[in-house]
Amino acid sequence: MSINLDRSQVTIREKRLKSIVGYQGTIRDLAEQSQSGCLKNASRGFSQATNCNSGCAQGYLSTITDAAIVNHGPIGCAGDVAGANAGFQWGQRIRDWNQRNVRIINTNMSEKAVVFGGDQILKEGILKAYERFKPKAIFVTTSCASGIIGDDIESTMKSTEAEIGIPVVPVFCEGFRSQIWASGFDAAFHALLTRIIKPAEKKRPELVNVINFVGSGRALITEIFGRLGLVPQFGIPYSNIDEISRWSEAGATISICGTLGGYMGNGLEQNFGVPYVTALQPHGISGFDDWLTKLGETVGKEKEVEEYLAEQKVIAAPELEEIKFKLKGKKVVVGMGPSFAHNYIRLLEDLGMEVVWGFSWHYDSKHDHGGCPSCTVELAKQDKDIPVSVSDQQNHEVINLLSKVKPDIFIGRHPGMSVWATKLGIPAIMVSDEYSAFGYQGTIEFGHRIIDALTNNSLAVNLSKRINLPYTEWWLEQDPFNFLEQKNKKTERENKKNVAVR
Amino acid sequence: MSLCVEQIRHVCTLGAFESVLAIKRAVPIVHAGPGCVAKLWTTLGSQNGHQGSGYVGGHAIPCTNASEKEVVFGGTDQLRKVITNTFDVINGDLFVVLTGCTSDIIGDDVGEITRKFQAQGKPIVYVETGGFKGSNLIGHELVLDAIIDQYLQPQQVESGLVNIWSSVPYQNTFWSGDIEQLNLLISSLGLKPNVIFGPDSSVDAVNDIPKAQFNLVISPWVGLRTAEHLKDKFGTPFLHYPALPIGPTETSNFLRTVGEFAGIDPAIVENVIRKQEERYFYYLERAADTLLETRLLPRRFITVADSLYALGIARFLTNDMGLIPEKQFITDDTPADYQSDVTAEFGKFTNDIAAETVFSNDGGYVEEEIRRLKIRSRPLILGSSWERVVARDLNAYQLSVSAPIGNEMVLSKSYVGYNGALQLVENIYSVVLNDFM
Repeated sequence: MSINLDRSQVTIREKRLKSIVGYQGTIRDLAEQSQSGCLKNASRGFSQATNCNSGCAQGYLSTITDAAIVNHGPIGCAGDVAGANAGFQWGQRIRDWNQRNVRIINTNMSEKAVVFGGDQILKEGILKAYERFKPKAIFVTTSCASGIIGDDIESTMKSTEAEIGIPVVPVFCEGFRSQIWASGFDAAFHALLTRIIKPAEKKRPELVNVINFVGSGRALITEIFGRLGLVPQFGIPYSNIDEISRWSEAGATISICGTLGGYMGNGLEQNFGVPYVTALQPHGISGFDDWLTKLGETVGKEKEVEEYLAEQKVIAAPELEEIKFKLKGKKVVVGMGPSFAHNYIRLLEDLGMEVVWGFSWHYDSKHDHGGCPSCTVELAKQDKDIPVSVSDQQNHEVINLLSKVKPDIFIGRHPGMSVWATKLGIPAIMVSDEYSAFGYQGTIEFGHRIIDALTNNSLAVNLSKRINLPYTEWWLEQDPFNFLEQKNKKTERENKKNVAVR
Repeated sequence: MSLCVEQIRHVCTLGAFESVLAIKRAVPIVHAGPGCVAKLWTTLGSQNGHQGSGYVGGHAIPCTNASEKEVVFGGTDQLRKVITNTFDVINGDLFVVLTGCTSDIIGDDVGEITRKFQAQGKPIVYVETGGFKGSNLIGHELVLDAIIDQYLQPQQVESGLVNIWSSVPYQNTFWSGDIEQLNLLISSLGLKPNVIFGPDSSVDAVNDIPKAQFNLVISPWVGLRTAEHLKDKFGTPFLHYPALPIGPTETSNFLRTVGEFAGIDPAIVENVIRKQEERYFYYLERAADTLLETRLLPRRFITVADSLYALGIARFLTNDMGLIPEKQFITDDTPADYQSDVTAEFGKFTNDIAAETVFSNDGGYVEEEIRRLKIRSRPLILGSSWERVVARDLNAYQLSVSAPIGNEMVLSKSYVGYNGALQLVENIYSVVLNDFM
């Protein structure tokens, strides 16, 4: 399905990418099923709190430096804003900027608005955001309540836009619309692709759009790209509306995360003629090699990339060997978003660790370029078939499985996850920085981080001895995927083979 | 005034699932969209003193994660499934079903489902907390209403047993430390606190709520509804003490008031007060040199907080520390009916000092008002993490005392009582002293 910019509303991942949140099997089976187009989502008879796409949408857009957001819903729908602001403080801090707060107004939808309609409060919210922040654009994020009561937000926005003379752009991200929170990134990018990005007046072939989050790796990428004669342009966070409007000028787009950047990258390629580099993520050695090589191929800098990588390989070799020696055979469980999970599984195996289970918090059968995610395809080619499952952070599955598999370490990425492994006595690492394990030196750094976590497990061990898990004995004796209503689920025996006997 | 809000200080009704988590082995079951819990715990938990998941919080909370299917066809089947399986999967002594906007707008009959489980003898109640109904402080009272109406049974009154209704769990960042300190104060009078929330809580204590000799509401308004409800249903009398006792003036007055209400020998009360004040002033005497001699000490303070903290802190800093209250911003969406009572409390300071109160839960408006104030000397802003920006701009001292607090790890800390006041002095003047070095 190509990216359609004629609609104001993005098509959710379930429909566009055949994405799922329920599956249990192996990486090879997952890849085969998605390539043949027969992968189905399995629902659950028991579920626990997850996340919604609105958080991703407004969190991401809130980092645009001269835009404002109006969140149209009850006040709780802005509950995530304190988190977005904490991230925003960090992003400003690492840039040595004067720190300010994010600019998000919530329309504070009350019972009255739910009954009589919220158009008036939406208009007030937009005008208030304009008056307070003098932004270059206002993004309006929707909520479950605004969606269900059927506010005609687009006509309200259109008339208010005429009044204030800046783009007022809808971002449809009602929580119930998609089970996949990453649909919120697409909603944010859709808003930018439809209303902010303009056709290029001039092309700048040396310019490369780099889609990322906080962007702690800017200096390093600037240095590497500089050697290739390229200039990185980081975003969307910490860019302004004018800069974003000219993303169409770039010679290529590349992303730090396939789950994050696919919609924007392919949208720019399909609609603005900017090629999108589809590659492994630059985490770990083979990922970084692939990422930079594919970029080189796209912009005609193959030779320069080859030279750079050869140089790095020599510099990093001794330390990488030492890390591999220390990590050899250590058992690890990974739990992250799909692209990060499948890329980190590869990098951990490359470091000599044994990935005994991979959780991904959703899975896209394909990406917007039309093919199966490259990190998944790559993993499926390996000799070893790794057991994996897909869940939207379903804690009962994770805890049950971890209690049976008992890995040496758990490596996660999302808030509210790593603590649960720790409670089981398993040391855990949270990869919150998207540039963790980036490139050769980043991989070495990350290796040492794992070694340190394995060196002193006292926090995990002591915690696990003294706290009670909320789960019943009955549950912990069940198959971890007991509640997953999947037809071709592995049998208890096969599952045991995958899990316990390793 | 516009109703829209920026820099939010509280969340919606559904945020009251945190009050359930504050009772040990009580389990919320949330019937709402997939992101509600994570959003709400950001403001109330992870970005509020870094209060984490605990026993069954965060991603462990059973939740229906309502999707388009439930919105179109109704969500009761999925809810029934999740409740049924929760009883098998999760160890708990009391289960509270809380609904979100999706369920309340489409009209799922959650009561009917819950009553079937109640009829089987399961300890479960339900409460409709669709986010559009108001703040989580209101939600906190709605949860208690549900427990009172659907769960509590009449009991023989136990003399000396007191239910304390004060800090709202997770919303008031220091709630668990506050509860521990209030329990110590009440115990020092020979009364027995019935510990409903926090580290010493239990569902047994919840069961014992009707046993109390009286209910003690320590808050300008939150908890009054609960106390009145308990009076109607079980005939339990209540004492309303509006100010959070911080510092010797307020705490001693608090102890005398409670002592008198409970019929405790004044000699016992005075003995407690004398000992506590002696200890307090031992330390304050040592602090006084620096309080007086440090350069650029704040003379005037602004609070931006829930009515509970704004009042408690303003009383202490004015009545005990010689500071002068500038505008006091009350951000807890105080219901209109209570606002004049709350304002009146800010008129009762020593030396005929009165503080102007501004009720607004729109942090953007509060920020504009703060920027308009003309304050001589470097002001002290006691607010949330949101105020760190305006404080930097105005060259003010800032200490985080109200939600959301992202810049401090808060565990057992409390500013309540005599010792709490010493902690507050330590923290305020450490901010000042850190600023020099």
